Amino acid sequence: MPYQTVTDERKQIETSGLTPEQLLEALRKMHLIRAFEEKAEALYALGKIHGTMHLSIGQEASAVGACLALRPDDTILSTHRGHGHCIAKGAEPPLMMAEFFGKEVGYCRGRGGSMHIADVAGGNLGANGIVAGGLPISTGVGLSLQMQHTDRVCLTFFGDGAANEGAFHEALNLAAIWRLPVVYVCENNQYAMSMPMKAAFPIRQISERAAAYGIPGVTVDGNDLLAVYEAVQTAVSRARAGEGPSLIENVTYRWRGHSKSDRQRYRTRDEVKEWQARDPIIRLENLLVGADLFTAEQLADLGAEARQTIEDSVAFAEAQADPDPATILEGVYA
Amino acid sequence: MREQVLEKASGEPLQAANRELTYSHAIREALQLAMRRDERVFMLGEDIGVYGGAFGVSDGLIEEFGAERVRDTPISEAVIAGAAIGAAVTGMRPVAEIQFMDFITLSMEQLVLQGAKMRFMFGGKASVPMVLRTPAGSGTGAAAQHSESLEAWFVHVPGLKVVMPSTPYDAKGLLLAAIEDDNPVIFVEHKLLYRTKGHVPEGYYTVPLSQSEVKREGRDVTVVATSIMVPRALEAADLLAQEGIELEVVDPRTLKPYDADTVTRSVCKTGRVLIVHEAPKTAGFGAEVAAEIVAGEAFDYLDAPIRRLAGLDVPIPYNRELERTAVPQVADIVREARALARGEY
Ligand SMILES: Cc1ncc(C[n+]2csc(CCOP(=O)(O)OP(=O)(O)O)c2C)c(N)n1
Ligand SMILES: [Mg+2]
Repeated sequence: MPYQTVTDERKQIETSGLTPEQLLEALRKMHLIRAFEEKAEALYALGKIHGTMHLSIGQEASAVGACLALRPDDTILSTHRGHGHCIAKGAEPPLMMAEFFGKEVGYCRGRGGSMHIADVAGGNLGANGIVAGGLPISTGVGLSLQMQHTDRVCLTFFGDGAANEGAFHEALNLAAIWRLPVVYVCENNQYAMSMPMKAAFPIRQISERAAAYGIPGVTVDGNDLLAVYEAVQTAVSRARAGEGPSLIENVTYRWRGHSKSDRQRYRTRDEVKEWQARDPIIRLENLLVGADLFTAEQLADLGAEARQTIEDSVAFAEAQADPDPATILEGVYA
Repeated sequence: MREQVLEKASGEPLQAANRELTYSHAIREALQLAMRRDERVFMLGEDIGVYGGAFGVSDGLIEEFGAERVRDTPISEAVIAGAAIGAAVTGMRPVAEIQFMDFITLSMEQLVLQGAKMRFMFGGKASVPMVLRTPAGSGTGAAAQHSESLEAWFVHVPGLKVVMPSTPYDAKGLLLAAIEDDNPVIFVEHKLLYRTKGHVPEGYYTVPLSQSEVKREGRDVTVVATSIMVPRALEAADLLAQEGIELEVVDPRTLKPYDADTVTRSVCKTGRVLIVHEAPKTAGFGAEVAAEIVAGEAFDYLDAPIRRLAGLDVPIPYNRELERTAVPQVADIVREARALARGEY
């Protein structure tokens, strides 16, 4: 990365239009996501959680930067790697943790678990167990928002791998011809499980596909919170103004294995280390300190505070009741 | 009975009678033998190469056969099925993998409207010799979109065969038979069975499709069970034997075309039948089994109503206890079979 002076960093922040308070809140959320997932991993290792989980450690700027451009009444759809999106959209960690433990008070009454956490009231229509499963639905949400004459938008996250499902094509094309207010955010973390993006696509950037739908497509550094925010902000403004959908590609990297059973034979340790050196949290901290908005001391405790919030969430979750098996048939039908 | 099938099918002598393999290893061995024997056999699917498959079934196969024959695909289930069909109808014998049976929903059009009907629509002038392997079932905490048991959907489609092995021995022999078969075969594995062990002979052998097997003989109650419910029924049979109740456990192994005769013979002997599967009860495969029983010779021999024990009509929940509640467990089979045997229904 080129050397930046204090004025460069100041200028960058000024062009983004974000206030110091918003940026500090964004940094807090990134820490919270990191802390949630590190704890989730530890709980799994202790055998306290069953099933599987997909960690987004290293991708926090993508989730937080994108949601920073949204209003509380906007809707998101998320993926199997969805803890970050959920926190970024404003979910409460204790209720997320309770879902993770399969408890009755959890966001999905313990029925969904990590792969299905949804905060319907908070505008998060859920993580999704199906790759690209959210894409057509987001097009439908966009349709609904348009038909109800609102200026709300729908933002949908999906991975690089999802862009090779047929659903991707159908969803983007329909949104494009009907000019629906949807922002398609592809989190290109280089791999779909073991499949390298380079092997799965005959093109260099997934955003190139936008041309096929006649919509804007941009690729940004997904570990740069400001870059993500600005790209999404532009797309959201377009959508609110009735100008239709956009495709944004956040280039990032997942630090952990795909899920809890990944031997990672498809990549090297060196590659992982290289990307760990581009930690999006440290990057934002450096930006804030470099721009003289905060001192390093002022930011020093954010990680510890986030970890404490998560510890408290675990304590809350563990104390809650499991669902009563007698209620198992509830909720299948309205 | 098992040894008979083996000799008839392979003509090879049994080696190492006590050789034990896991279910997943048995499947891998079948894939290996089929690919060594026939150049036309190849595999395609998601993460089946260096990753070794989501459940490790194809571990090491890319080293032996190369990326040309163990082909990693993008996440594109429609074209995985479609490419298998297209390759099969033009001279190859593909074995496709759909990573979880849930995702087969994305392959449906190609499988149901194309592959299954192609031969018939073309007046018998084409054949589609392909296998689609896929793991089904709950019990791993993976919740509603990674736990489906959709076998009945495919049983309903003329032109498809549906196989669902419960033991390592059957898994290997049935997979080899499926690969030899000139029709599209949906081969349904079970995640919880992958690590179970059992006797598996070395070398090439087939277990014929469409033969149900009596896994345990007994005089009191016939239990017709599929997939993971077979070991559960056998465990229930051990427990009930201590109370003097003898279960006869029948495993259809191939659901389509289904060999109803074996069940009929068993029901004529016991007069009581419990049908057990993991998939939701309504319109599940058990309904077909029950219909075959009452429609035929066994009807006159029934001493009790036919009982079905199946998954609840509910998506698979995440919470551990709810997940267990959603599908039959050993204790449920014991309870139902005991009630049948005692006439308490
Ligand atoms: C339709 C479907 N196919 C396959 C899977 C299994 N699967 C889950 S995540 C995943 C990789 C997804 O890659 P990508 O979209 O890049 O997201 P990432 O995991 O990298 O965040 C696969 C193959 C699935 N859940 N759904
Ligand atoms: Mg990816």
